[in-house]
Amino acid sequence: MLDFTPHQKADAQPPGQFYAVGGAPLCVRQKGLSVPSDTVEDDWGVLILKVRDNQDKAAFAALFRHFAPRIKGFLMKSGASASLAEECAQDVMATLWQKAHLFDPTRASAATWIFTIARNRRIDALRKSRRPEPEDLPWGPEAEPDQQDALELSQDTERLGAALALLPEKQRQLIERAYFGDLTHSEIAAETGLPLGTIKSRIRLALERLRHKMS
Amino acid sequence: MTIRHHISDQLLMGYSAGQLPEAFNLVVAVHLSMCDDCKSRLGAFDAVGGALMDDCDVAMAGDSLAATMDRLTRTTPAVPRRASSVLPSPLMDYIGGDLDAVKWRSIGMGVRQAILPTEKGATARLLYIPAGQKVPDHGHRGTELTLVLQGAFRDETDRFGPGDLEIADEDLNHQPIAEAGADCICLAATDAPLRFNGVLQRLAQPFFRI
Ligand SMILES: [Zn+2]
Repeated sequence: MLDFTPHQKADAQPPGQFYAVGGAPLCVRQKGLSVPSDTVEDDWGVLILKVRDNQDKAAFAALFRHFAPRIKGFLMKSGASASLAEECAQDVMATLWQKAHLFDPTRASAATWIFTIARNRRIDALRKSRRPEPEDLPWGPEAEPDQQDALELSQDTERLGAALALLPEKQRQLIERAYFGDLTHSEIAAETGLPLGTIKSRIRLALERLRHKMS
Repeated sequence: MTIRHHISDQLLMGYSAGQLPEAFNLVVAVHLSMCDDCKSRLGAFDAVGGALMDDCDVAMAGDSLAATMDRLTRTTPAVPRRASSVLPSPLMDYIGGDLDAVKWRSIGMGVRQAILPTEKGATARLLYIPAGQKVPDHGHRGTELTLVLQGAFRDETDRFGPGDLEIADEDLNHQPIAEAGADCICLAATDAPLRFNGVLQRLAQPFFRI
């Protein structure tokens, strides 16, 4: 279970300190709108920054409506019961609120970052083992996230998703199993009756295609 | 620090997908703490996970948003962890302190090791190899990951310096030698007991869990 300590007003950001990316939208498709809407998928990162900087509950609610059902579905596909998945999805969203200061839009899209929280929660819940996390490399206090970097990352991530959707069904299923199922490569081979070498090369081929699309 | 030997795609994907045993996760997390290149490559695999999760829409319970809102709290953001020694912070978490807190046990010829607590299925340990010393000749039944934290070693394949990760599978039968000059400290993980070539070492294996 997550450990929550009482909220303290003193943690709020001082007035006047807004987004590190200048409060501007992260997405070109937004065309000058400063208020993101549920229909523009790329604005989730902006909403997380609102949670981070203003403890914005409306932004949180919008994030919750979009991501909580996906986290729940991801956990159920990974073998969790509906009730465990529901509970963990709530935990993951509460963690998002608590750890919003760790979100860096130049290093991960909102969906990518939330996936890593959900994955770690899954390891806790299903395997009950610790999850060692890498150390944060020192960036220096003056290193502000660059808006252009965030934009490019968001576009790359979008391309990756599109490339995944275009994969042949068999390759896509294998990647899904690697991410959702608690399956090793050998177990995947046993389930599908395909030799290990074939499975490995298919996964590799699929990833190379993804990378090619990203470059 | 120039790192020449990095995490393989397969291991990075396994780490991203959350499918590696804990001992392997630890080695990967420690290398990632030392290597920005691999961190970026990991980002691509995490993005795959994010994209797959995007297609998994399952309705939440009716009161779930309100229930979650009720428990939102925020603590003071933790000061980013910094390594104070050769040990990156994920490793210090497992040792429970710095190098001086490691409980070394001699395994002969001046070589020392300390097993770190991880879930079953794979073993993580720290190895201390005096400068110029050979580690017993061995093969593996499974995969062995060796990450150099300090000093350097050579084996039949190459030289491995600080931050370098050697990924050895069953086919490799090797004899690492610590370079002269500085003692070598490594973090190693194996997903099956090592198979030492010498009979005596094989007898000792159950006792030392190497
Ligand atoms: Zn690397």
